[in-house]
Order: sequence, then C-alpha cells, then structure tokens
Amino acid sequence: MPEPLKVLTSRTLVLTQANIDTDQIIPARFLTTTETTGLGQKAFYDWRYEADGSARPEAVLNRIDPAEHRILVAGDNFGCGSSREHAPWALYDYGFRAVISTSIADIFTSNALKNGFLPVVVDQATWEDLVANPEQVVTVDLEAGEVRRGNHAPVAFAVEPFARQCLLDGVDTLGWLQKHMPDIEAYERTQSEQALAPEPA
Amino acid sequence: MSRPRTLFDKVWDAHVVTRETPETPGVLYIDLHLVHEVTSPQAFTEIEARGLKVRRPDKTFATLDHSTPTLPAIDGQLPYVTAEAKSQVTRLEENCGRHGIDLAGWGSPDRGVVHVMGPELGLTQPGMTVVCGDSHTATHGAFGALAFGIGTSEVGHVLATQCLLQRKSKAMRVTVTGALTPGVSGKDMALAVIAELGFGGGTGFVIEYAGEAVRSLDMEGRMTLCNMSIEAGARAGMIAPDAVAIDWLRGRKHVPQGEAYEARAAEWLTLVTDPGAVFDAEIVIDGAAIRPMATWGTTPDAGSPIGSRVPEPKSDSDRKALAYMGFEAGETTTTQAVDVVFIGSCTNGRLPDLRAAAEVLRGRKVKPGVRMLVVPGSEAVRRDAEAEGLHHVFTEAGAEWRIPGCSMCIAMNGDFVAPGQLAVSTSNRNFEGRQGKGARTILASPATAAASAIAGVLTDPRVYLSETAHA
Repeated sequence: MPEPLKVLTSRTLVLTQANIDTDQIIPARFLTTTETTGLGQKAFYDWRYEADGSARPEAVLNRIDPAEHRILVAGDNFGCGSSREHAPWALYDYGFRAVISTSIADIFTSNALKNGFLPVVVDQATWEDLVANPEQVVTVDLEAGEVRRGNHAPVAFAVEPFARQCLLDGVDTLGWLQKHMPDIEAYERTQSEQALAPEPA
Repeated sequence: MSRPRTLFDKVWDAHVVTRETPETPGVLYIDLHLVHEVTSPQAFTEIEARGLKVRRPDKTFATLDHSTPTLPAIDGQLPYVTAEAKSQVTRLEENCGRHGIDLAGWGSPDRGVVHVMGPELGLTQPGMTVVCGDSHTATHGAFGALAFGIGTSEVGHVLATQCLLQRKSKAMRVTVTGALTPGVSGKDMALAVIAELGFGGGTGFVIEYAGEAVRSLDMEGRMTLCNMSIEAGARAGMIAPDAVAIDWLRGRKHVPQGEAYEARAAEWLTLVTDPGAVFDAEIVIDGAAIRPMATWGTTPDAGSPIGSRVPEPKSDSDRKALAYMGFEAGETTTTQAVDVVFIGSCTNGRLPDLRAAAEVLRGRKVKPGVRMLVVPGSEAVRRDAEAEGLHHVFTEAGAEWRIPGCSMCIAMNGDFVAPGQLAVSTSNRNFEGRQGKGARTILASPATAAASAIAGVLTDPRVYLSETAHA
C-alpha cells in the first residue's frame, strides 16, 4: 500500500521523447523477478548501459541525483505498450514520484496510481514550458489538483477522484473492494439463477 | 423502448455489480481470469500476506508462456535462460497448486501462449469479461468478449474478489468496408488501422471492429486484429459474435456441449450493436485499399504499404526512430538485408498464420544468412501443424521449428535478436529493444515474414503467391 501523497516539490528531469513505452522503462528481460522492489537499478536500463553492462556516462539518468529529481517530464503517450506494473515499480524505486506529460497510457495510469506514483496530464503550452526550463523546481499538489512553478499561474490537472482520494488518505483499494463482498455474492447468485432458469419457449 | 446499446454496453451492463458514481468507480464482475508466470507472483504474495484465498479458482486458468524456453530439454533439463526464469515458473506452479488453479504447465497438451490457449480451449466465450495481466488480452474480444489487460495489483484484486474497480471507457467503432484483396491478412488490416488511429489514438476507448472486411476474416484473423488494439492505445477491441465465431467454438473443451451449446449460441448472437447506438468516435477505412503492410519506425503506428517511401520525420522522436532503425526518409525499407525472421506470438502464432507462411515457403529456401524461427502459439497449434506436415515445410526451407511460447516477441526467454540486427517479425511491438537490446524490428504478416525470409529483404508476399498460383 503506497504512502499518502499530497504535495510534491522537486526539480524536474526532462525526457522529451514521445511514446516512452514500458519496455524502455523496464526491459522485458528483467521481468523474471518475483519481487516488486529493487527494479530502480534496471529502470531505463538500455538507455543507461552499454551491451557489456558498462554505464553510459552521457546518459542523463546516470548523471542526476534521483533524490533531487522526483518529477519526470516526458513526451506524449508516456507509459504506452505492455501492462507491466514493473514500470511504475521501477520508476518509483529509481526515485521518481510523478510524471508530467501531455498524455499518459491507460494501463500505466491505473498501475501508477496504485503505487503512489502520480501521472499528471497538462496542456501542450505548459508542457513546452516545462521542457524549455529543465531542472526547475515544480510543485505537484494533488490536494489542490494543480501544478505550480515560479511566477506562472497554477495549472489544473485531473486525477480520477477515487484514486486521488486513495492517494491522499492512503486508502487500501483491495480492502475497499473487499467491502463490496455482499454485493459480489448477490451478483453471483443472480447469475447462477439465470443459468439454471429454463429456456424461454 | 430502451436506448439502443453498443455491443460494449451490453457486455458491460451485464457485469456491473455496483454502479460507478462521480466519486467512486463501479465494481465489475470478471468471468475469466487468465494468469501467466510473469505478472502474477507479486499478486499471489500480496493476497497471501493478507490471509486471502483465490476466491474463484474455477474462473481462473493459468499457463506458462513468457519465460519458458522454446528448445527441448537436454538430459531432462529445460534450457531456461536464467535460474530466475526457472524459479518464476516454479513459483506459478506452486501458487496454482496451493490455490487449486488449473495450470496448463509443462507436459500439458493445453499449454500455450495465454491468448492462443484461452480461445482454443473454449475458456473465452462471447459476452464474457476476460482479464489477464497482459496488454494483449484484447485478443479475446474477437469473440464478443470484453477483454482487457490489467496490472499486477489488479491481478491480486481479481484473485481475491473476482472483481475489478472500473470506470467505463468511451466507445469507438472502426468500420473496415469492402473486400480485402488476395495476400492481405488480418495483420495488414491491424497495421493499417493503427497507422490511421495513431499510437495513442485509441487511448480511453474500447474499439468495436465492424464492416464487411472484418466479417470476412476468419476467427484467427479477427483475433490478430483485436490483439493489436492496445497498439493504438485502446485497452479492448471487440467484434460481434456471428456464425463464424459460433462454429469456431463448437465442441471446444470448456463450452457447453450438444443442445446446450446451440441454446447458448442463440443468446450469443444477440450480442450485436443495436441500430442507432451512438459511439463516442467513429472511423471508416476502405478495406479494398489495404495492401500488405510493414512498419518502418519504432512504434506500431509507423507502418505503410510495403515498398512505399519512409515519410519525412515530423519530430525529434521520429528522427530518433529513423536513426535507430537505420532507415532514411524518402527511401524504401525493402533493400536492407534482413537478419532474422520470427513467426509466432499471440498476434500471429495460430494455425492459419503458419499455413500462410508455409504456403509462401513451400518448395523454397530461406536465404542463406537469414535466421528464421517458427514458434507455434500452443501445443494444439503445434500438433495440428505437424499433422499437416507444416513443420517439414519450415525445416526443409531452413527454418527452426520450436516449442510453443512467447519467444522472440518479448525476448525474455533467451530467444532474441542480436544488437543491430534487422528482424521481420509477426509479433506486435517494434519498440526499441523489444526483441533484444539494439534489435531493429519490422512488424508484418506471416506471409510477408516468409517472403522476406526467402528474399533476404522485406518483400511483398504477393510476389511469391502469384508465382505459386501460376505454377
């Protein structure tokens, strides 16, 4: 269960490329793990390391201090591709807590929100400004639903209301779903009654 | 009279346990949960840590496909790529044993790539909700099921409750009109649709595929089309069940048998979009204009008819993609030597896919220097293909005939394309490094892959198909 996440202030790391898919975030050959932790070392592995395993000194992800760059700014359609939840696990373990983009893939969004990793979608002009000013200090305020930076007017962003509440309050979604067990059992009874009903003449 | 509903509406409505509100998502009941070794171990760990059991093992089916070797055992030892891959498989075997889940594991005649196996066994049925921790779960929508990929947290939710918290997606209809021309397959249609929609064009939507050209596809072609919905960003793709679907499923292991089947089939045939139902978005594509397609970039929407020129890059991302692929704008992609050809995957690892490839290859040879791998999608596909002698066609041409699995599509089992090598692949993703670090992938149909193996360059299969027809 993720820690509550309300307000996040950090420098940004900018990766302008569009369509950063989950195979880039965590290559498939690292998916043989049976844990959720320790994947930060493998985050963006093929961007950061040569075929022989040596680090690429020019790779920005090898140069920054992750503790000072909690917010990733990335190109359109971030997190597309495979449904692997290893992608937000890897991003979180590396040190990121949020991504800001102009669009973010559905399954990635769903996975991220369950792991205390905030997907933030902003308009093109805001995104371009974020890209033009890398390393700036940005505040992502989930409670207020806005992105703030420098002297700019706050920019609103939306998060699915239930997921937002879960992140703010640290609600356990599986526990919440389990509270619906009487409804689920009632649904199953109607289904089995229908299945046993005689065929209409 | 009630409001006209889409196919998606009908399947959705039938599975709502509690309705969504502005504050909370709805609870959606899941009829079939498919499980594989890669995206499930952490979910089992999570529910066990909470002292929970798998609530409906009877609605849960597992297979081994992603981390499994496609070469046979040596001295009784399967050649796993790493000890960790082996232990991941062992973990699923243990989890299934402990929770009473049917596993099509090693030695099972049912084992296969999860999205090949489910329909084959009749686990997938029209009108069902189907989920799996795998984005290509959309495949099952070919039968009029609402099928979509989920993350591992949600795998845990379904294991524990048989339900998911969901908000309803928007609906899009993609109508492909007219008749496909000879040599054009469901894969070409999928690549044409994705090129039209764009890589993220389906984000937030469930797609219903309709139209004469879609109806003309066999079930395997429809599965290929639905399978790649996620490559346009759509979590699910659906096709209304018709006589083709009913005939395909009849007699399969998990469907009702005899008269009970015919009664069920009559219900399934009502799963159609009502006249007048409204979609949030509609696009129409001329099926007669689709040609054999291939990708030139590193996203699945970067596709065009084979032989057309690579378009001018419009962004830095496009330029990066062309630099990675080693292609130049304004040139064709049909002159670079191909190193690897892969036929298989949940997209194109079914019997008609192998037949299409074999038809091109029969009596011909894979060009020296090209490595060709043919990996059937399941044990059943392997049995059927071998009964027809297709494996001889492949091996006599110089290709490798492997054990079923995901193999080179996701390249996590030791089957991979080496750095810098160019592959023509029947799989679903041409992302950087998808088929191995530094691998360059061209996505195409099985017939195109086979033709490219013979010529040693990306080749329109109609060249060989017309030769065969005139021979």
